Amino acid sequence: MKIKSQRDFWSGLMFLVTGALFAWGAVANYSFGSSARPGPGYFPFGLGVLLALLGAFILFEALTIETEDGEPIGDIAWKPLLVILAAVSLFGLLLPVLGMFIALPLLVILSSLASHEFTWKGTLGSAAFLTVFSWLIFIKGLGLTIPLLPGFLQSAG
Amino acid sequence: MELLNNLALGFQTALTLQNLAYALFGSILGTLIGVLPGLGPVATIAMLLPSIYTLDATPALIMLAGIYYGAQYGGSTTAILINVPGESSSVVTALDGYKMARKGRAGPALAAAGLGSFFAGCVGTVIIAAFAPPLTELAFKFGPAEYFSLMVLGLIGAVVLASGSLIKAIAMILLGLLLGQINTDVISGVPRYSFDVAELTDGIGFVAIAMGVFGFGEIISNLGMPEEDRQVFTKDVKGLMPTAQDVKDAFPAVLRGTTLGSVLGVLPGGGALLSSFAAYTIEKKLSLKPHEVPFGEGNIRGVAGPESANNAGAQTSFIPMLTLGIPPNAVMALMVGAMTIKGIQPGPQVMQSNPELFWGLIASMWVGNLMLVVLNLPLIGIWIKLLTVPYRLLYPAILVFCCIGLYTLNNNNFDVYMAVIFGLFGYAFYKLKCEPAPLLLGFILGPMMEENLRRALLLSRGDWSTFLTRPLSAGLLIAAALMIVVVSLPSIKRSREKAFQEE
Repeated sequence: MKIKSQRDFWSGLMFLVTGALFAWGAVANYSFGSSARPGPGYFPFGLGVLLALLGAFILFEALTIETEDGEPIGDIAWKPLLVILAAVSLFGLLLPVLGMFIALPLLVILSSLASHEFTWKGTLGSAAFLTVFSWLIFIKGLGLTIPLLPGFLQSAG
Repeated sequence: MELLNNLALGFQTALTLQNLAYALFGSILGTLIGVLPGLGPVATIAMLLPSIYTLDATPALIMLAGIYYGAQYGGSTTAILINVPGESSSVVTALDGYKMARKGRAGPALAAAGLGSFFAGCVGTVIIAAFAPPLTELAFKFGPAEYFSLMVLGLIGAVVLASGSLIKAIAMILLGLLLGQINTDVISGVPRYSFDVAELTDGIGFVAIAMGVFGFGEIISNLGMPEEDRQVFTKDVKGLMPTAQDVKDAFPAVLRGTTLGSVLGVLPGGGALLSSFAAYTIEKKLSLKPHEVPFGEGNIRGVAGPESANNAGAQTSFIPMLTLGIPPNAVMALMVGAMTIKGIQPGPQVMQSNPELFWGLIASMWVGNLMLVVLNLPLIGIWIKLLTVPYRLLYPAILVFCCIGLYTLNNNNFDVYMAVIFGLFGYAFYKLKCEPAPLLLGFILGPMMEENLRRALLLSRGDWSTFLTRPLSAGLLIAAALMIVVVSLPSIKRSREKAFQEE
């Protein structure tokens, strides 16, 4: 059997698997109750089954209905995907430990690497600008509590 | 003359110095993001949610509303001048507006868009003020069964009118509803799908989903695309004033666009985007007068109609959110979230319990529209300058604001990680051509839907026919079913697909 639409094949599969997992999770862990007394598993089970059915239908269509170009997914932008998500994760990891004055410029510099027009001058400039700007707006202006310096420096001072 | 009293209260609230300042700030920010392609109102409002912690509810909502309708103004400017619609609702404006600019008539095009939008905004505001109270009365008669059916109608409507594959959109709603099930069950107190992660027992933050999917996901897909050439036609913006003939041509189009937008905005799934598409289609169907240039070649009606319609639609889409607590589109879903953050339960009771908020917000929309006309027409040069900010400097700034916002939600890095996961999903949805807006709507409505479903079933002792035997509920469900049937008819299906390809 040949896949007629790549995009719909993978979307269908995604919906089918997710729906099935949610429905199975509802059955395995939560009481279903009855229609007169619906339990915590009642609604998610119904939704999960519906989603799995729709996913199966999309999958079926993707395998049977002809499309002009096979509806390919196209190239995946691996570099921006990995760089951006890694930069944000690192920010989440470092902010509570090293504080905003280190984590924030790191986020800017790392994420800038994802662009193919990267220049050191522009990046360092915007890192400095955004750090000061964020400090003024979020800390001074809005009074949010965000750790600014590494923990060991803060306890000393 | 209760309406006048109410509006008086509204203007009293909206015209305080503080609220004026927030309306102005919201409008300016809205215009700014409207001008910048790749940054939409959904991501911006999500980014700003942390800042409303320190604000009162009324100025906070006034500011967020300003961002939404401000974006409609800003989006048209870039559509006309550089053929890059800043917002999806300005896509059709670019068709004729850009052609006008190339013929040296950028001024009249911008004026038609700005003044048309202002007119539509005024009408939209009056419509909200007039129709919200009776709708609220009606909403109080709703029981759980009616609410459930109304939400079904709302969700179905949202995808029937959206572009792309209908069945995938419905699947995205279901996915959103399921994500909304990750929480602690309100009735039995059982944590669901939390995998023993403490943070998940409160549910996934909708800010994390919105920023991940709409913010990070969009940045990744933008970076994956090749650079476009941008040509700015600024040197030709001299006379803003349209000729008498322009006014004569544009005014009927403004009226038609306003009417259409006001009606479509109220519908679930409606709002700015749908209104502008529908208005352009109508203008195109009307016969050309002898002196007019054809559509697609710079017809002023092709700018005035859609621009009035998208602004009217943006205004009236507040009606279902304010009166029923049901968001008709993703921006309104965020407004519901913002109200919840401020401890206000959205729904028909808001008008009684928070009259200053309710009427102040409505009055501020009129004030904000006036500010936008004043701001936009003379200051167009400044907005255009902003377009020269390259994307490589812009997107790290967006990331910074998102990350700080996510962290400060709960002063915890958990939401940052959640947004990373949803960024990955967002990019996958983009690649698979699954529209993310229905997911967000489903997610917001999920817990409300479940509660009403279960309460309705408890009341009927487990009898599902309660949804069909109660006339109001049956009517709503039949309307939802009809919508699916109608768009599935082969002839309609074809013209629907065609309408969305005319970009």
